[in-house]
Amino acid sequence: MNPTTLKLFQGIGRYGVLLALVALILFGWVRYENFLGAFNVLSVLRYNSMFALVALGTCFVIITGGIDLSVGSTAALGSVVAALLSPYGVLPGLLGGLAAGLAVGACNAFIITRLNILPFITTLATMLAASGCALLLAGNQSVSVSYESGFTELGQGDLLGFPVPAWIALVAYLVGSLVLNLTSFGRTVLAIGGNEDAARLMGLPANRVKALVYLASGGLAGLAGVILAAQFGAGQPIEGVGWELFAIAAVVVGGTLLTGGLGSVGSTLAGVLLLGLIFNILNFENGLGWISLSAYWQSVIRGAFLLLVVAIQARLSMRNEEMAS
Amino acid sequence: MAESATTLPPAQGAPRFDIRLALTRYGAWIALALLILVNLAITPNFATWQTLNVNLTQVCTIVIVAVGMTLVIATGGIDLSVGALMAIAGALAPLIFLGKLFPLPHPAVGIALAFVVPVLVAAALGWFNGWLVTRLRIQPIIATLVLFIAGRGIAQVFTNGNLQVFNLPSFQFIGLGRVFGIPFQAILMVVIVAAAAWMLRRTVFGRQILAIGGNEKAARLAGIPVVSVKQRVYLISGLLSGIAGLIVIARNSAADANLVGLGMELDAIAAVAVGGTLLTGGRATVTGTLVGALIIQLVRYTLLANGVPDAAALVAKAVIIVLAVWLQRQSHR
Repeated sequence: MNPTTLKLFQGIGRYGVLLALVALILFGWVRYENFLGAFNVLSVLRYNSMFALVALGTCFVIITGGIDLSVGSTAALGSVVAALLSPYGVLPGLLGGLAAGLAVGACNAFIITRLNILPFITTLATMLAASGCALLLAGNQSVSVSYESGFTELGQGDLLGFPVPAWIALVAYLVGSLVLNLTSFGRTVLAIGGNEDAARLMGLPANRVKALVYLASGGLAGLAGVILAAQFGAGQPIEGVGWELFAIAAVVVGGTLLTGGLGSVGSTLAGVLLLGLIFNILNFENGLGWISLSAYWQSVIRGAFLLLVVAIQARLSMRNEEMAS
Repeated sequence: MAESATTLPPAQGAPRFDIRLALTRYGAWIALALLILVNLAITPNFATWQTLNVNLTQVCTIVIVAVGMTLVIATGGIDLSVGALMAIAGALAPLIFLGKLFPLPHPAVGIALAFVVPVLVAAALGWFNGWLVTRLRIQPIIATLVLFIAGRGIAQVFTNGNLQVFNLPSFQFIGLGRVFGIPFQAILMVVIVAAAAWMLRRTVFGRQILAIGGNEKAARLAGIPVVSVKQRVYLISGLLSGIAGLIVIARNSAADANLVGLGMELDAIAAVAVGGTLLTGGRATVTGTLVGALIIQLVRYTLLANGVPDAAALVAKAVIIVLAVWLQRQSHR
């Protein structure tokens, strides 16, 4: 393979998710009326902002070479706490959900960095614990939020014509991107993922940075829970099942390698939107009346999509290895 | 008799009893024994045939799936798709014996096919996982995530998300039948555990699995057919998931693609971890996995039988997992 083709392949690897997203949007725009109408665009953004927040935390965790399976039930816990505190106002609800998420994140950070237990098994355990706490707090049923305090604005409201949850996600991604690319913390995150032992030997505070990453992932999941409660008017202890794997899929589709050391916040957002749009397009396609695919197809298509992306990535990295050797 | 890859030869001239080694090797068994003793003391009606049956039937499918998971984890992999494969097998079987998929010449043929086809399909999908891991060199967690996401969807599409209810004693024997009063599924579980434990300890295949998990590069250089061993391991995991799926639907007299095997991957991984198998591969114990699953089940039963809500039992399960893995780490320093 000549160098130009290699560059082309690498370019596809790097910007593939953006190309696919643009292609999907163009497809929808050409095929369906109102696809790019304000209503559809804003509701897609409103709904997917929760997943975007969770995926941002997962992105950082995966760049360090770890994994966080607890985000789904952490979001559920956050939604219950936020709903319970919502009668006291917007801020208590928001901070309560966030604090619940941070608490789970702190548990993860402690167990992973102090007890030296693998992230996979640690977050599997805290996933169960967070889910148990959410069910206990909620008394095994969903907790309705207060509609008087204005808490629901966090999920249903608009600011400057743009959904509030989408603003929250946007700010989180801007901050995340700046932190990863421009700060020494971000460099350390990448270094740990590249080679943790080397990072440690260079004197980088690997444990502290890892702890902060899991803390942030928990906090973002808690925030997603707040939005969940505000958007659907209830704290939902059994929601969030499978969110962690959806987030991992979004990060991987975005091109972040699961082996760590490489990744981008922006393409994670593109990954989330891509997986979210599949559902949206399925709805529009059904609306056309040519076919009638049940909502169950959604997960089949998402799975096929994930397969396609990882297969392409695998091919590309094999090619790169061949070129290098 | 936790079989271990790193069986140390007894040190020469030091026949004294090493308590740390004993704790490492028999820690899970000791915990299980303690749990049973505690229950005998505090739980009313614990030492009854019924209690045994309830616990056995609840733990059976987890153990069967966890045996496959143990082998996968022993090679340094993971299989997230087990629950989804259970759902596929569980959705396929009623479609076959109810004759919805193709006309049946005779009901008995339908039942025979309903046992064989779903399990083979699950095994084939397991092999597909292995193919992704070995040929495309995709990390196991991502490779099996594909079927985790898509698999349940496939089962739901098959059945259109509908509950399939049936009453067919000859098929349901796998989940409801008894031999000399013992649930057939428990016998199946014991046979599977024994076969896998023997295989891991005594056969070349078992040794190859552990060698790959210990150091894949070294195993390859030593001439071990890494690709084919790994593919077979994922195939076994899929096959066992298929069997577990059939047991679940037989027990419920109904197949619900939305629920069969939901969360099973996590239960199985938890059992493997508590049982003392190294999650990074290379050291595995099938009997340990059985004990791990029994411990988790018994703790939950103890709490429920003594009036603690199920949600609190989840928190207890989390603590057990972390504690068990942490203790294992301590003794391996």
